Amino acid sequence: MAFFLETLLGGLMTGMLYSLVALGFVLIFKASGVFNFAQGAMVLFAALAMARFSEWIPGWLGLDSKVLANVLAFIVAGALMFVVAWLIEFLVLRHLVNQEGATLLMATLGITYFLEGVGQSLFGSDIYKIDIGMPKDPMFLLEGMFQGGVLVNQEDLIAALIAAGLVAGLSLFFQKTKTGRALRAVADDHQAAQSIGIPLSRIWVIVWTVAGVVALVAGMIWGSKLGVQFSLTTVALRALPVVILGGLTSVPGAIIGGLIIGVGEKLSEVYLGPFVGGGIEIWFAYVLALVFLLFRPQGLFGEKIIDRV
Amino acid sequence: MNAATTTENAAAMADSALAEAPLSTKSIGEVILDVQNISLRFGGVKALTDISFDVREHEIRSIIGPNGAGKSSMLNCINGVYTPSEGSITFRGKTFSHMNSRQVAEMGVARTFQNLALFKGMSVLDNIMSGRNLKIKSNLFLQALRWGPAEREEIRHREFVERIIDFLEIQAHRKTPVGQLPYGLQKRVDLGRALAMEPQVLLLDEPMAGMNVEEKQDMSRFILDVNDEFGATIVLIEHDMGVVMDISDRVVVLDYGRKIGDGTPDEVRNNEDVISAYLGTSH
Repeated sequence: MAFFLETLLGGLMTGMLYSLVALGFVLIFKASGVFNFAQGAMVLFAALAMARFSEWIPGWLGLDSKVLANVLAFIVAGALMFVVAWLIEFLVLRHLVNQEGATLLMATLGITYFLEGVGQSLFGSDIYKIDIGMPKDPMFLLEGMFQGGVLVNQEDLIAALIAAGLVAGLSLFFQKTKTGRALRAVADDHQAAQSIGIPLSRIWVIVWTVAGVVALVAGMIWGSKLGVQFSLTTVALRALPVVILGGLTSVPGAIIGGLIIGVGEKLSEVYLGPFVGGGIEIWFAYVLALVFLLFRPQGLFGEKIIDRV
Repeated sequence: MNAATTTENAAAMADSALAEAPLSTKSIGEVILDVQNISLRFGGVKALTDISFDVREHEIRSIIGPNGAGKSSMLNCINGVYTPSEGSITFRGKTFSHMNSRQVAEMGVARTFQNLALFKGMSVLDNIMSGRNLKIKSNLFLQALRWGPAEREEIRHREFVERIIDFLEIQAHRKTPVGQLPYGLQKRVDLGRALAMEPQVLLLDEPMAGMNVEEKQDMSRFILDVNDEFGATIVLIEHDMGVVMDISDRVVVLDYGRKIGDGTPDEVRNNEDVISAYLGTSH
């Protein structure tokens, strides 16, 4: 039982991290109807910026405090993501108003390669570490109930809490504010949104900045677990089945989709793995996404796609 | 929102334009919108050539013409979607050679669309609320938390939107995603969103396209009521001659991007050029 709980918790926490990356996809899709292929590259770019600035800033300013260096690096990296968002709007999206979704998708594909290249030439292409001082020691819970207790990774727990807070904030923003309403409106119809006085360009800068900051948080957490390296971009691939499962247009969907996939991966690996020789973790998410595409293409919480014939 | 908050805020509602609008005191006023020598070209295609007309306050001004005459292009110029190649547009004494959509919206010009351009995934309520976006002023963080002044403001706007929903008789569909509504109702939501902006000038692009007789009657009634009760000036593009001649105060007729007639429905009906444009002439 204790082992089952451990696996479950481990799955939930990994899932929370998938959710965080998936959230970036959902945000941009909701607000511009663009499937942003560049989300993975943005995670890498933000994480690289965070890692390198936290290394450089103490040298530039002669600081000793590690916390202060990390906070400053976070702020600088966040500002950089704003600049990236603004440039993307100014150089790319502005010229593609009212275009087909496929055109915009191809544009984000271009942005992906650009960000990966520029990120590595600015910040270097080695493996860097982000040390935000997260406790690495495991915790033992419920020792009274089970022998030896349930082992929980503190780092994962904190990451999950940060992710949960971010999600709660974003949900409020989307559902309750006029900017959130404007973002949803822009996603559905550019021209109509303009006619009621929503400034498209400002909305796009806002949403790409928010997605950039989400990428930064995701990059920071993944980076502190695994180190910042090129393979971070593949984290985005893991988030694809999450958005298919949860629905491309739903913030709660991204979270629950992430949790389901995180838990499903771990449980199936542990309990079904031995029968088929293991390795389920790698393909579980994709197979689940495939099943969803067959039977419920809008995902668990996505908006139903209605086409009039 | 419950009944208690509704009564509490009844007083706050009193300042809304809808409550103040006098009933049926239609008097046509000064020129509010003046279009001067507008030409619009797309490459070699002349969509509009040297069009001038004016719109007076509180009137229903229709633009008619055969297919491809440039009616929608004209509307898109006024709305700031297209920038005219030549000419100027004067709105309330201010002259513009080009406008952008946001400025136009801020000045109080709202529009509906020929091919429904609604926010399909959002509910009817959210669609109409989005029309209030320019009017919501409270701080973003207060809005997110629905706290203090932001909550009161939200309630006030919601009251206004509820009145529009009542007016358009779509109460039963308040929470329905717009994409699931039948066509006729979607057209009403489109109108509702424009009304939520409390427009001084309302541009209607074929509000009755594809409707049956009954739906057309409903829509005509809404347009007349909007004109009467909300005091909005209306610029209407419509194909149904019966409707246009019935409800318009003055009519502009376009053909191949040129103005061929302008005047009251009776004047236009007897205009030789207009008759030949619609029926053809023998040479």
